Amino acid sequence: MAVKPFPKKTPMREQEAKERIKNFFEVPFGYSEEEAVLEAGRCLQCPAKPCVSGCPVGIDIPGFIRKIRERNFAEAAKILKLYNNLPAICGRVCPQETQCEEKCVVGRIPGSEPVAIGRLERFAADWEAEHSVQTQIEIAPAKHKKVAVVGSGPAGLTVAADLAKRGYEVHIFETLHKPGGVLVYGIPEFRLPKSIVEREVNYVKSLSVQIFLNMPVGRAIPVKDLLREYDAIFIGVGAGTPKFMGIEGTNLNGVYSANEFLTRVNLMKAYLFPEYDTPVRRGKKVIVVGGGNVAMDAARSALRLGAESVTVVYRRTEQEMPARREEYLHAVEEGIKFYWLTQPIRYVGNEKGEVVGAECISMRLGEPDESGRRRPIPIEDSRFILEADTVIEAIGTEANRFLLSQFDGLKLNKYGYIIADENTCATSMRKVFAGGDIVTGAATVIEAMGAGKRAAEWIDKFLSGEYDPWK
Amino acid sequence: MNLIREKRKLAPGVYEFWIENNHIVKYAQPGQFVVMRLHEKAERIPITIAGKKGDCFRAVVRAVGKSTYELCMVKEGDSIMDIAGPLGRPSEIDFYGNVMLVGGGVGIATLLPIAEALKAQNNRLYVVLGGRSKEYVIMLEEFSKLADQMIVTTDDGSFGIKGVVTDGMQMFFEREKIDIVWAVGPTIMMKFCSMKAKEHGVKIWVSLNPIMVDGTGMCGACRVTVDGKIKFACVDGPEFEGELVDWDELLKRLAQYRDEEERSLKLFMERVGDLSWL
Ligand SMILES: Cc1cc2nc3c(=O)[nH]c(=O)nc-3n(C[C@H](O)[C@H](O)[C@H](O)COP(=O)(O)OP(=O)(O)OC[C@H]3O[C@@H](n4cnc5c(N)ncnc54)[C@H](O)[C@@H]3O)c2cc1C
Ligand SMILES: Cc1cc2nc3c(=O)[nH]c(=O)nc-3n(C[C@H](O)[C@H](O)[C@H](O)COP(=O)(O)OP(=O)(O)OC[C@H]3O[C@@H](n4cnc5c(N)ncnc54)[C@H](O)[C@@H]3O)c2cc1C
Ligand code: SF4
Ligand code: SF4
Ligand code: FES
Ligand SMILES: [Mg+2]
Repeated sequence: MAVKPFPKKTPMREQEAKERIKNFFEVPFGYSEEEAVLEAGRCLQCPAKPCVSGCPVGIDIPGFIRKIRERNFAEAAKILKLYNNLPAICGRVCPQETQCEEKCVVGRIPGSEPVAIGRLERFAADWEAEHSVQTQIEIAPAKHKKVAVVGSGPAGLTVAADLAKRGYEVHIFETLHKPGGVLVYGIPEFRLPKSIVEREVNYVKSLSVQIFLNMPVGRAIPVKDLLREYDAIFIGVGAGTPKFMGIEGTNLNGVYSANEFLTRVNLMKAYLFPEYDTPVRRGKKVIVVGGGNVAMDAARSALRLGAESVTVVYRRTEQEMPARREEYLHAVEEGIKFYWLTQPIRYVGNEKGEVVGAECISMRLGEPDESGRRRPIPIEDSRFILEADTVIEAIGTEANRFLLSQFDGLKLNKYGYIIADENTCATSMRKVFAGGDIVTGAATVIEAMGAGKRAAEWIDKFLSGEYDPWK
Repeated sequence: MNLIREKRKLAPGVYEFWIENNHIVKYAQPGQFVVMRLHEKAERIPITIAGKKGDCFRAVVRAVGKSTYELCMVKEGDSIMDIAGPLGRPSEIDFYGNVMLVGGGVGIATLLPIAEALKAQNNRLYVVLGGRSKEYVIMLEEFSKLADQMIVTTDDGSFGIKGVVTDGMQMFFEREKIDIVWAVGPTIMMKFCSMKAKEHGVKIWVSLNPIMVDGTGMCGACRVTVDGKIKFACVDGPEFEGELVDWDELLKRLAQYRDEEERSLKLFMERVGDLSWL
């Protein structure tokens, strides 16, 4: 290679920690044109495109990066949209370090960081929106077949957009009053502004996808009606039900699931109470239980609501925590404290039924469990009390039973998730496909989109009579 | 969609609405509810489906705070921004024999579709309705048509018997062999009804009203302890067996946003002025 790329990613400017903890504005600012072109210059345009294999929707990564380098930003955005209906979202929330960027050859050079693919994707998508460039997407002639999509999360939006482009009539049914799934109710404004979600959802709608909101499928439309009225159905209802540890004091006031806390803050905009009607407790001493991205989001939101201290309690150590490194570091910068190897065993309440603390126990790591991570084991006589007026449990979610219980004949696995073919997304029921978190359990935006993309391809094959997964 | 076709005052601060919504009308069953959002900045509030007629469903609302005051001020011809439903598990309608139905406050409206469905199954209905005073006992006419026997109680004795609904329950228990009870009303009322039913060894269904957000099992705000286990009222309920409910916990949970609710209502009143006419 003639020129050796700069070893490090072009840095992205962001709000200072001491400023940003007082607001819900987005933390990183995004690249300027100059910065984007500079970063695009680090890409080696590898003919084998190893990075593409790391992207679940198979974006032509060197292709769009080359267009950025050539300052043809509109064309870069157009390439993105050929593969990805939600590029501004993915550019922000994809765990790139374990996806596309992990496979980037530049990152393999000792001392070098991979090309900042996610940041460039974000740049191109934002550039297109800011310059009101309308990417012309070709829509195939109408096929006169109807597909129902249940759930408007990333899986549902993707399958809908891709089928619409292929000429199908697509109806999305969403139970909430806003489309987007976790993108609108879970991921906070400061990581993913809701205006960006709205923009990308509007793009999906512009492909003639119809979205029906406030429609709890299974209740507002019986499953048998869906099966009768549509030629195929895609279920993308996510893994929306929060788990609780179920320890003493779980129902004290001030103990939240991360889903409730984040839904109040994000979807209902409780951070703007009383201008917005939904309240949320603005705790002074907040404990967040868990070590994943959801825990980081809850902790950083609590801080922005005015907490004096936010402490994350995690039963393993920093090495095992599943949160993205970037989000963890942001949390540390913002002053969030971490108690490793610690687990609450009881919440303590006062006479009004409000939480005032968490009794915790220290852990040590034993042998690896089935997930390959070392199993935490409680240490006897290590109990101590952490004061708290708010506790947020972010220990994971499970399948929401309210729709699935109405789908007679739909096969579920032992965790309650839908069994669907990894490739075709076909379920045990004829005409019914499924993908996203409701099949895999809580995963990522881009994996849900990958499933949506595959499902669209196979639904098309099924409806055009090319292939029948049930034969 | 969601157009308010009719609005009527039933009692001070209590309004009946007939709201257009095909899906809800088509699929609603007794015991189910909707979640409404009045406008872009509004919260999501659960309201029971208290009847259907043509392409409208009925909502009966009591103004208790910012959102319900605002809702009671919405006029005929206006629309509600979002209504999701029907939600919740329907009541277990069947033939039981002698059924006692106990309603208090706006809970009386919730009870009506349940009563109609039970009547259609040929149950004998023993109805107890209660309120602070005569004007608060709503839907008397509808219930007197359905009930085989009916007792009304008022706190001040301005109508029916001076007393509370459990007094009415006691009278029926003494007169008849009751096979099952439904009680819908304020939480504290349902707690005492459950104790009364237990005293007589009769199963009782109550319709719980914890604070909800999504109403679809996604947030866990509505969790209640039933038989020692955590249940989500929006998907596992709202009806539960009263004897198994941890009432004191529910009462405390209902008070968790008291300060914010007061502040919100005060600001609203400052903006819209006197609301005593409601
Ligand atoms: C707080 C939080 C932060 C996260 N951060 C990241 C991140 O940074 N990066 C990342 O890649 N991933 C992240 N994730 C994970 C990611 O959001 C999910 O993996 C992804 O959203 C799954 O998409 P989905 O389409 O399967 O389901 P969802 O996004 O869950 O959407 C499902 C939709 O279906 C609707 N629905 C459910 N039941 C019904 C019904 N019966 N009728 C109609 N509609 C129904 C729901 O209301 C919802 O809108 C995060 C998750 C959370 C909770
Ligand atoms: C399944 C169900 C069915 C209901 N049906 C009816 C009905 O048919 N008619 C009717 O008038 N009321 C009904 N309610 C109660 C109604 O939802 C509350 O009165 C309303 O949400 C209060 O809102 P607010 O802003 O006016 O009052 P606020 O001042 O905010 O609250 C007053 C009290 O209402 C309760 N409350 C507050 N927010 C909520 C919430 N989001 N969800 C539930 N309760 C809340 C709390 O106990 C609070 O102290 C029902 C509740 C449930 C759970
Ligand atoms: S969509 Fe995600 S995985 Fe694919 S290229 Fe973009 S950032 Fe990488
Ligand atoms: S692997 Fe890295 S350097 Fe090579 S084409 Fe992909 S992004 Fe560019
Ligand atoms: S209201 Fe959110 S789970 Fe019941
Ligand atoms: Mg309120």
